[in-house]
Amino acid sequence: MNDDSARPADPSAAIEAVWRLESTRLIAALVRVVRDVGQAEDLAQDALVAALAQWPESGIPRNPAAWLMTTAKRRAIDQFRSSERRDRGYAVIARDHGGEAMEIDIVGAIDHVEDDVLRLMFICCHPSLSPEAQTTLTLKLVGGLTTAEIARAFLTTEATIAQRVVRAKRTLADAGAALDEPDPAERAGRLAAVRGVIYLLFNEGYSATSGDDWMRPALCDEALRLGRVLTTLVPKDAELHGLSALMELQVSRLAARTGPGGEPVLLLDQDRTRWDATHLRRGLDALARADALSAERGVHTLQAAIAACHARARTAEATDWVLIAELYEQLARRTGSAVVEVNRAVALSMAYGPAAGLTLADQLVDLPALRGYHLLSTVRGDLLEKLGRHEEARIEFLRAAAMTQNDRERTLLLARVGRLSTDGPAS
Amino acid sequence: MRFMTMIKSDESMPWGPPPPALFEAMAAFAQEGALNGTLIEQGGLGSSAQGAIVSLANGSIKVVDGPFAESKELIGGYAVIEVRTKEEVIELGRRLLQIHLDNWPGWEGSCEIRQVFLDNGDAGPS
Repeated sequence: MNDDSARPADPSAAIEAVWRLESTRLIAALVRVVRDVGQAEDLAQDALVAALAQWPESGIPRNPAAWLMTTAKRRAIDQFRSSERRDRGYAVIARDHGGEAMEIDIVGAIDHVEDDVLRLMFICCHPSLSPEAQTTLTLKLVGGLTTAEIARAFLTTEATIAQRVVRAKRTLADAGAALDEPDPAERAGRLAAVRGVIYLLFNEGYSATSGDDWMRPALCDEALRLGRVLTTLVPKDAELHGLSALMELQVSRLAARTGPGGEPVLLLDQDRTRWDATHLRRGLDALARADALSAERGVHTLQAAIAACHARARTAEATDWVLIAELYEQLARRTGSAVVEVNRAVALSMAYGPAAGLTLADQLVDLPALRGYHLLSTVRGDLLEKLGRHEEARIEFLRAAAMTQNDRERTLLLARVGRLSTDGPAS
Repeated sequence: MRFMTMIKSDESMPWGPPPPALFEAMAAFAQEGALNGTLIEQGGLGSSAQGAIVSLANGSIKVVDGPFAESKELIGGYAVIEVRTKEEVIELGRRLLQIHLDNWPGWEGSCEIRQVFLDNGDAGPS
């Protein structure tokens, strides 16, 4: 045992840990230097291979991040020397390093880390990429996940993911994505895209069922982590704090939302003592930060504000439905979404009684966006039942049962129809 | 995986008080933790003179105000860390002690790392 270097029992596991902690900013800094995502990732991987070869002997260096960066940049310079891209490469390095192309600027690399990581996020969420390419590339390059892990998370094969990554990198290279520096107006749009990708990742994980691979719920953790990283990088973006708030509040209910048999438990039936207090508090704090930064709430912030109404209620009965209905109205105005209106109908019924909810729900029936949307029929059935209009309720439940893709839900709907028939209309 | 890390040392500080360089390095370390999303929260603890111990022994509950009789291995600060593997939090602990080694001559102590169990199937008693 050497006294001055920490030698872990399993060096490769320790090196992998360093990699997980450092790969994002390593790749991000290399993108700035070489202006190519694929090449930056290759260089970072080469540095990892060098670490795997050397560290088990030498021990983990005092500053592993700087070691990986130095190794990768040396290799970058070697490649530039020998490759046909020599002229362009030298020009870029010379410009970034004030002409001292051969000096490896570790201090500079670490000073730029905020800009680098944000740039990498912008590139991964570049408008030239499809949403699934954006999520995949974000997980690979910003999340540091392996192709195998991403494949498990998306319930697909490694080959599919590998191919998606290759194609995405080619698209980015063709679009010159690593070269452009978005102006302030573009930045706002790109930031919105990054937020969208993070929430997509979160939902991908949140929608996992109990039988799914554990990598799917791990997507929630990764999305939360990316949210934390991004709020550190862009602390003044209110909607970003709103997104973090929304994810924290939703994830606080993760454990409570399935019963012992893996069956889903609806929000109002959940055991609220099982809501995670840390996530809940962080969610409410993030919402307060969003509101302090901007008087106008964006879509994620509004959704977070609705989630916060549930989070603040000790019991389901204590829920402030009047406020929730108001928030849904604001959200509907911002999104123009018919689905949000269905939720508002439910909130109105909880706040002011089933007749108030039904008035809105009836107005939604003819909307083309909701044709075939089984939840509208479920909601109308529920409200009609509460109003004692059982025959109409029966028709709505049957309609919903015919439209839903979910077997468990169909069974529940048909059970409600059965109960209606035996109970008969209220006298 | 969520962990709590606790830094423990001799609170009488025979090697002298922390130099300003330590605070700077610790601030940079915390910023790094925010940037890679691993740091959930952290805090420093006051001296044991400001604390107390409530204990139960032989069927009776006793309150003893600080300072504590045993000062060698006292928690001075904590952090809550979210990582994907135990090795990652060990690496962060190693960096924390490296910062002490580089910036606080003579300091000795340890970083205790404990997993926080979460009610989401992430971890359970094992």
